[in-house]
Parts: sequence; C-alpha cells; structure tokens
Amino acid sequence: MYAVELMNLTRKFGGFTAVNDVTLKIKAGSIYGFLGPNGSGKSTTIRMLCGLLEPTSGRGSVLGFDIAKDSEMIKQKIGYMSQKFSLYDDLTVIENLQFYGGMYSLSGSLGKVRIEEMLNLAGLKDRQDELVANLSGGWKQRLALGCSILHKPAILFLDEPTGGVDPKSRRMFWDIIYDLALQGTTVMVTTHFMDEAEHCDEIGFIFEGNLIASSSPAYLKQTIPGTLIRIPTDDPMGLLETLEGSTLPYLDIYCSGTGLHLLMETEKLAHITDFHYEKITPALEDVFVYLVKSHRKE
Amino acid sequence: MIKLEHVSKSYDRVLGVNDVSLEISEGEIFGLVGPDGAGKTTLIRMIAGILSPTAGEMRVLGATNPETIKQYLGYVPQKFSLYGELTVQENIFLLGSLYGQGKEEIEERANQILDFTKLLPFKERLADHLSGGMKQKLALAAGLMHRPKIFLLDEPTTGVDPVSRREFWQMLYRLNKEGTTIIVSTPYMDEAELCSRVAFMHNGKMADCNSPQSLRQNYPYRVLELSAKGLNIKRYLAIPSVMECNKFGDKYHVIVKDGAALEEVKLILEAAGLMIEALKEIPPTLEDVFVALASEVF
Repeated sequence: MYAVELMNLTRKFGGFTAVNDVTLKIKAGSIYGFLGPNGSGKSTTIRMLCGLLEPTSGRGSVLGFDIAKDSEMIKQKIGYMSQKFSLYDDLTVIENLQFYGGMYSLSGSLGKVRIEEMLNLAGLKDRQDELVANLSGGWKQRLALGCSILHKPAILFLDEPTGGVDPKSRRMFWDIIYDLALQGTTVMVTTHFMDEAEHCDEIGFIFEGNLIASSSPAYLKQTIPGTLIRIPTDDPMGLLETLEGSTLPYLDIYCSGTGLHLLMETEKLAHITDFHYEKITPALEDVFVYLVKSHRKE
Repeated sequence: MIKLEHVSKSYDRVLGVNDVSLEISEGEIFGLVGPDGAGKTTLIRMIAGILSPTAGEMRVLGATNPETIKQYLGYVPQKFSLYGELTVQENIFLLGSLYGQGKEEIEERANQILDFTKLLPFKERLADHLSGGMKQKLALAAGLMHRPKIFLLDEPTTGVDPVSRREFWQMLYRLNKEGTTIIVSTPYMDEAELCSRVAFMHNGKMADCNSPQSLRQNYPYRVLELSAKGLNIKRYLAIPSVMECNKFGDKYHVIVKDGAALEEVKLILEAAGLMIEALKEIPPTLEDVFVALASEVF
C-alpha cells in the first residue's frame, strides 16, 4: 500500500523546468527523506503533492486521491509544516492549539483530548499559558508540529522543519517523528542535514529538478564504487591541496570534518604509503557527493 | 584586527547581541555557530559597519568609525542580494564601479575572480538562471571585487549541495592563505571544524569561543560510538552512568562520564537481546560539544 505515487511528474514555470519527470512511491507508514539543494525542486514537488500547485504533466496520487482532480480532498487529509512556523506570537501556546483546532473543526471533547495530547508531545504542558513569542526555536518547532497534526493526518509533509534549530532540539524533534511513524503516520521530510536522513526508510535525492536516486540508505551506500577511506588530519584543507597536486590515483577526494575522504579503486589502496588511513562505510553525505559529481559529468 | 568590548545591540526591548567581548586576529577563519535568533547575523552586521552597537566599544582595523575602513571590508549577506536580471559579468562590473574602480581595473579583477570562482564559463548567464551553489559563488565573487582585508559571510552554504559547499570552502581557504581574514557563520559542524576558532552563540551571548581542537579537548565527558540494530535504543540506556544517548547519522553517541561504562552498556544491550555491530570510545566531535553546550544553556 502506497501513500504517495508519482508518475512522470513535471512542473514548468515558463521555460524553466522546476521538476522534471519524477517517478516515486512512498510506502504507507514509512519515513521518506527528500533531499536536495535549494532551488532543486523539493518545495515545488511538495506543493504539488499537497494540492497547492498543478503539475504541468504526469500524474500523482496522495492517499489514493488524484493530486490534480481531488486537491480539495487531499488538503483535508494531510498535515503540513514548513520552516517558517505559522504560529501566532501574541497568542499563548494553548491558544495557538485551540486556533488550529478550530481550523480543523475539532470541537468539544475530541478537540480537548487532542490539544492535551499535543501539549504532552511537544513537552509544553507546563508552559501552556506562555506567549509563543517567549519560546525559543526548538520549542516553537515542536508546537508547530503539534498544530499541524492535531487532526491526525495519515500523511505529514515537513518542509525543512529543523533549519536554524539547535542540535539538541533537532534530535528531540526527530524522536517525535519516529514515534509518529511507528504509530502509522507516513512522513515526507526535507532537510539540509544529511545525518538526519540516515534513519529514514527511504531517501529521494533531487538535483536540478531530476530525482537522481530514490532508495533505502543502505542500498544507496552500496552504489558507491571502490573503497572509501578516511585519513585523519588536523589540517584537512592543507592536506587536500597537497594530495590534489600529487600522483595518488584516487577517484575522488574531499574534506569531511577532521579528516579527508578518498574514494579509491580497491586494488589501488596499496599506493597510499605515507598516511595512516581507515576504511569506512560511506555516510549519506558521501553518497550525495558521489551522486552530484556523477550527475554533473553527464 | 577586530576588537569588541562588551558590545551589545538592542532592538526595542530585545537584545540581539548581549555583552560580547571578542578579539579576532589577522589571518583567522573565525566561525560563528548557533541557532537562528542567537545573534550571529547582528554580530556580523555590526563588524561590517551596517549596524551600530547600542553599547560597548568596537574597533575594526583600528577604527571606531566604520565609514573610514569600508573599502577594506567585504560582506556577503545571507539572502542573495545581486540583480537576477543582470548577467554574472554585469553584476560583477556593477559592484566594481560602485567601489569607484576604473574600467580596466574592473575588467582585470573581474576575470581573475570569475576564474577563481569557476564562473568564467557562465559569465553571460543571467544571475536568476544560476543554481543555488553558483549564486553563492557569484555573491562571493562580488564581495571580492575590491580586495577586502576582512571578508564577512553570513551562512553562505546553507541549502547548497554538498559538492558546491566543499568547493566554496576551498575558495575561502585559498583566500585566507592569501592573507584575507574571514568571519563566517554556518549551520554545518563539519565546516566549523575548518575554522581557526569557533564562537558558539546563544540568545545574543557568546556561550563559548575557542579553536575546534580546544573545544573538543575541553569536552568534559567521554563518547561511545554505538552501531546497533533495533529501534528506540535509548530506553535501554536510562542508567546512571549514561548521561545521554544521541543519534549521529546511522550510529548513536552514548555520552558517559567514565570510559569504564562501556562494559556496562555492552552488557545491558546484550541482555536486552540487541545486536551490537560496534561499540567503541571515540574522540568527541564538534557536534557532541555543541549538543552538550545546547543542553547547558537551553
């Protein structure tokens, strides 16, 4: 059972193709990480899925509803949260929840129960009467999430929910996402942070409008050829410049935190004699460095 | 080169920057990290002379009046501020003439910079038609037209693909080697690793400021890296010797006070029937440092 099915979905703005021939499926109850740089077509795709923008060609369905014909039905069934949390700063925490409850026509005891659940989910029970203006980014983010799932949507679209939030809050936020998925909600989430995407069930990577990969993280990691190694160093940039000017037969070389990553043909590893190195499993960041470079060469 | 003493900037009643004292030496790559609203942009704008402090003393290149040293400063704001309907070359020429450079000087410098930023093949392209990564390179190029001594960049790589991000940093590194002092904010911890010093901002204050090496050395806990199959591993590790268990990509970082806790963690996970793929102590990363700092100050 798929919550989202897209077939050759394309969206053009004048002569510019923002989304080009995208085909993908998202299993119900899974977390789909939708990655790609700014301007690559992520938000355009999500807006089409939410029934806010019509495709130029191709088709798609969300929860079985056609995104072109049944957009009004889709809007009622989904949850959506963007990086710009739409909260009212001059209302309190609970007033914001009550406002969204009203928008979703949640009345009486059901509304009260859901608001209570969301206060607990966001960890804001003790601060329910505080003005939202006084909350820091991480708390606002969890409240915005609570507001967007008050009506128990079967699918939740999160467009860069963790941008600009501290690393501690980012992790708390993801713990909530995993819980929602365990309870059966399908989640499609975009992020700039590759490490966050490691725990998604499937990852789609969109680059210049094209979906250049869509698969599980484990599968994507196997698509990198050769062996990835890491040379630890205090001066990654300096060593990078040195090795780029050397005859070392690498396929690729780049900085990664406190080390250099080299992609090598496995049989050529013996050429590295001057450095201590370790073989490593690629992270998603390595996968996307590889994919973006392959795509550029095409 | 840059000296701030008890510098504050208040907007109405809100303190954007609160009592920051800081010295930045010539030749540094100085990194600013912290959540949105922490004061990074305000601090950068004050050093750039766009905003004046409401309290405290500030000297940039020995001057207290920013007007007198403007020609030595370059500033790349967070939002792309060039003209989309002009070509790459036209944007660069315009900037050059704004700084009062002569035609020949502009042409020579523009060619140098477009070559350096690898934008030369795209010089006739409209800025609006550049990818996100290339737009950032154009903003960098524009900021360099007048050969600044101090180069300030506000989150230049947010939302840029992982390959362009690395190319961008390689350019910063080369500029720095040629003598330019660089002040840059970033949400990516692997980029913070490449700075000579990093300041962690929170709520307008500087929570910590040091070299990445010292920040890691001063980290008061030990980090165990755990790879294990199974969901919600955290709940098994609610024991006194474990302070926290944080997701890091596809692994976990188990934060302990004492390295001896490794055996205890191992026994508990095995007793719970979890498959441990790897468990070892590793040096803390900057992300560990900032997760800990975030826990302290939020």
